[in-house]
Amino acid sequence: MTNKTPLYEEHLALDGRIVDFAGYFLPVQYPTGVIKEHMAVREGVGLFDVSHMGEVTFRGKDALANLNYIFTNDYTNLKNGRVRYGVMCYEDGGCVDDLIVYRMGEEDFFVVVNASNRHKDVAWIKEHLFGEVEFADVSDEYAQLALQGPLSGEVLGKYTELPQKYYSFINTTILGKEVIVSQTGYTGEYGFEIYCKPEDAVELWRELLKDERVIPCGLGARDTLRLEASMPLYGHEMDETVSPLETGLDFGVKMNKDFIGRDAMAARKNRHRIGIQITGRGIAREHCDVYQEDRLIGHTTSGTHCPYLKGAYAMALVDEAYEPGTPVTVDVRGRRIEGKVVTLPFYKREK
Amino acid sequence: MNTPKELKYAKTHEWVRFTSETECEVGLSDFAQDALGDLVFVNLPEVGTEAVQGETICDVESVKAVSDVYAPVSGTVTEVNEELLDSPEKINEDPYGAWLFRLSDVSCPEELLDAEAYDKFCAEEEH
Repeated sequence: MTNKTPLYEEHLALDGRIVDFAGYFLPVQYPTGVIKEHMAVREGVGLFDVSHMGEVTFRGKDALANLNYIFTNDYTNLKNGRVRYGVMCYEDGGCVDDLIVYRMGEEDFFVVVNASNRHKDVAWIKEHLFGEVEFADVSDEYAQLALQGPLSGEVLGKYTELPQKYYSFINTTILGKEVIVSQTGYTGEYGFEIYCKPEDAVELWRELLKDERVIPCGLGARDTLRLEASMPLYGHEMDETVSPLETGLDFGVKMNKDFIGRDAMAARKNRHRIGIQITGRGIAREHCDVYQEDRLIGHTTSGTHCPYLKGAYAMALVDEAYEPGTPVTVDVRGRRIEGKVVTLPFYKREK
Repeated sequence: MNTPKELKYAKTHEWVRFTSETECEVGLSDFAQDALGDLVFVNLPEVGTEAVQGETICDVESVKAVSDVYAPVSGTVTEVNEELLDSPEKINEDPYGAWLFRLSDVSCPEELLDAEAYDKFCAEEEH
């Protein structure tokens, strides 16, 4: 069954093109189009409905110990009011999901997971809980909006204080509604994510869109933005066959503590994630073979035309680390297209 | 949706503008460009290619996906619109001005739709 987010009727009213994504009816784009929506986030401000995202909570004396054992990152020194990325792995080092952890209190954590993995994640976590911990899937108690772009602070600042640091959050109110506002996002741009009660989502959505600078954006732009910023997506750059180390997420993996999958992933690192800029004519998408001279070295995991950079880029998992500048070719529907290895991320915002 | 009366259409969403009895221009309909979204790449056929009605002749790419373009009639490619290689967005902006290629020796084994029939066909396809 496909679910509707609390903003479904708003998307219809805005003439959004609705698709079934991860079990939710969501707009892939509005009549504005993916390119303008993308550029709005890079240069102005865009608003996304990301209510499909899953949320779970860990509470109790052993909540922290559970996070540190089930997730790859170390949350021991995560301060209240701060957010930290992590991955959840199988025993063999493959990824169950990637996620972000909010520390609400000493023994109180709020974790955001991918919509498509929510039920799998919940089952996996429940299988591995230990000690005194209360775990709950609270996904249906939250809607989520993402306000992203250089002007997002100016827009949101009209209603509330803002979390000042990247990857920090505050509990606050907007129009009298209780919300969590974090300085986070999946676009590579300055921006905020707002967690609210489902019944408050429509009012907040409409209020933010009253500012003419705010452009509603769909899943299409969300994907081109994250790809341009080279942010990995579960099911593309990582899945149950890929370890977080292989896909370049070392910063979110702490090998000096015990966690599920550690020993297996330490023993294997057969792949690397690289960035490819397409220099020939064409667009490489996912699942294209990548060659260095005539040797097959791996395959692309995501690729598209990046609207801000105005060119085709792809990420790939390959057999070893290649120096930036290394020429490669990508097989696109039977045609070899030229490209070169470039440093990730493709796009990094200026601070 | 804009569907000029003077053109003919294929169910695969190409338009055909006959410039003589045996020559024509081919492009993508307004319905097609809208469904595809922002186009960012066009892979045109080579001059001399034999187009066969109903078979893939080239492709266009939006940010989200690649889509085949089918030959709406049979014929020989005499010219391609190279301007589109650098400006594929012209197909979105002006679908009936942005022809993709020109054909000679045109034959049309299967009949094309007129504007009215094509509009009706699109309305059905949307549901």
